[in-house]
Amino acid sequence: MKKLLHLLHEDARLTNAQLAVMLNTSEEAVANAIAEYEEAGIIRGYKAIVNWEKVDSSPNKVTALIELKVTPKRETGFDTIAHRIMEFEEVESVYLMSGGFDLAVMVHGSSMQEIAMFVAKRLSTLETVLSTSTHFVLSRYKEGDVVLNSEIPDDRREYGE
Amino acid sequence: MDYSQFLNHEIARIPYSGIRRFFDIASEMKEVISLSIGEPDFSTPWHVRQEGIRTLEQGKTWYSPNRGFTELREEICKWIERKYGVSYHPETDVVVTVGGSEAIDLCIRCLINPGDEVLIPEPSFVCYVPMTEMAKGTPVVIETKAEDQFRLTAQALREKITPKSKLLILPFPNNPTGAVMRREHLEEIAEVVREHNLLVLSDEIYGELTYGDRSHVCFAEIDGMKERTILINGFSKTYAMTGWRLGYAAGPTEILDAMTKLHQYAIMSSPTMAQYAAIEALRNGDQDIESMREQYDMRRRLIVDTFNSIGMPCFEPEGAFYVFPSIQKTGLTSEEFCEKLLYSEHVAVVPGNAFGACGEGFVRVSYSYSLKHINEALKRMERFLKSL
Repeated sequence: MKKLLHLLHEDARLTNAQLAVMLNTSEEAVANAIAEYEEAGIIRGYKAIVNWEKVDSSPNKVTALIELKVTPKRETGFDTIAHRIMEFEEVESVYLMSGGFDLAVMVHGSSMQEIAMFVAKRLSTLETVLSTSTHFVLSRYKEGDVVLNSEIPDDRREYGE
Repeated sequence: MDYSQFLNHEIARIPYSGIRRFFDIASEMKEVISLSIGEPDFSTPWHVRQEGIRTLEQGKTWYSPNRGFTELREEICKWIERKYGVSYHPETDVVVTVGGSEAIDLCIRCLINPGDEVLIPEPSFVCYVPMTEMAKGTPVVIETKAEDQFRLTAQALREKITPKSKLLILPFPNNPTGAVMRREHLEEIAEVVREHNLLVLSDEIYGELTYGDRSHVCFAEIDGMKERTILINGFSKTYAMTGWRLGYAAGPTEILDAMTKLHQYAIMSSPTMAQYAAIEALRNGDQDIESMREQYDMRRRLIVDTFNSIGMPCFEPEGAFYVFPSIQKTGLTSEEFCEKLLYSEHVAVVPGNAFGACGEGFVRVSYSYSLKHINEALKRMERFLKSL
């Protein structure tokens, strides 16, 4: 049923009936498989991809990528600090990275000021955080495999037979 | 100046392909969802594109031999052998053409003398009749029927045979119906072919796109048919390479010689960048075919199921990427249906009669589109049917 995961990843709003037809199985089998995936923690959630830039008075208009250098703990490595950081509700994602810094943290907020204050007052003051480097997102072209804000049509074919 | 006095009478009389008319209208409209295009929505697999790019970087921009690069012809023969167990000689039995279409044209022009009859099952792709007419042959249409799953039957074939019959076109898997011929159906046809000493142009461009347990059977596989078959295939549908324009024909040496001669004068050689890319596709493209086929298959199931439930009954197509639902219940002609659907719901599909008069009462719907696109179109079509 790996195909099921691919289909849901492409469009989580396909109905069980549609999925069953496409996968040549029963609705019940689809429902069971989805329940199992949820149970096993393989499917972690379903969300809409929102183009917040088009939403007036959205609370999440500004996003920043923050590069963090931290001192890993002797026993737990980077886990302790990563867990601490992901508890902040401003934080959208946390990744441990290879290369020139350790953690990449995506943060959203209503203004650049708000994010700047968050970094200055809450993130950089955490124990073991050595330095931060904040990059504001200027424009989103594509997110979660979906093209945002684009005049380019999804399908560029014009002349098929 | 009146140019009509200069034009060849046949070409002046032959109309443009009816497929294009609807997407010409559609392209002028906004927010149109089209299920009318007959080409893969996938791009050519990256490793294949890369091979094309690499040869450009190396400056390999010259002609190839008339028949195509030897290496490509060898790979084509290996591929046919591997898939269908039919062996051709790369030096003498293959020509690489500008798409399958050129191969069809070469074959018809090299076989047909004025007055020879070409047996053409319809509904089918739009080129066979005009090409026959340009070759001064006589097209003899054989209607296939929904109740036969749009297969060609031996009986229907027999009814159209005359002493002038020379060439049978076998366009399966079929555009626009999605019909396939299984081994037992091909064997029936082979019997008639043998009886009446016919040649067969087997257009198997959709051969790799069949669904279900049983894979495509090549007509040349059937006992005694290799010597009577000009097998036509290409890279457009199999490897999503439509824009590269590359196809081929394989068959008896004497016929392929004649076709190569015509190709030599008309085309010289097929695009070489495409030929290099095609070698890569044949060698390492099996997985690409498989994953595209899986996608098509899921869409096919969804679209067939939805059509059957919203009142556009269609038999289950087992090949290509088209469904051919009946719209007879609506009381509209195919053209009216397509026009109304386009103007009221901005969905473009192709009227069945673009593929022959017996396609009347049906429409061709392509599912070589993303799921999102297909679902939106299906919603609009359901709304349209309810509004009638």
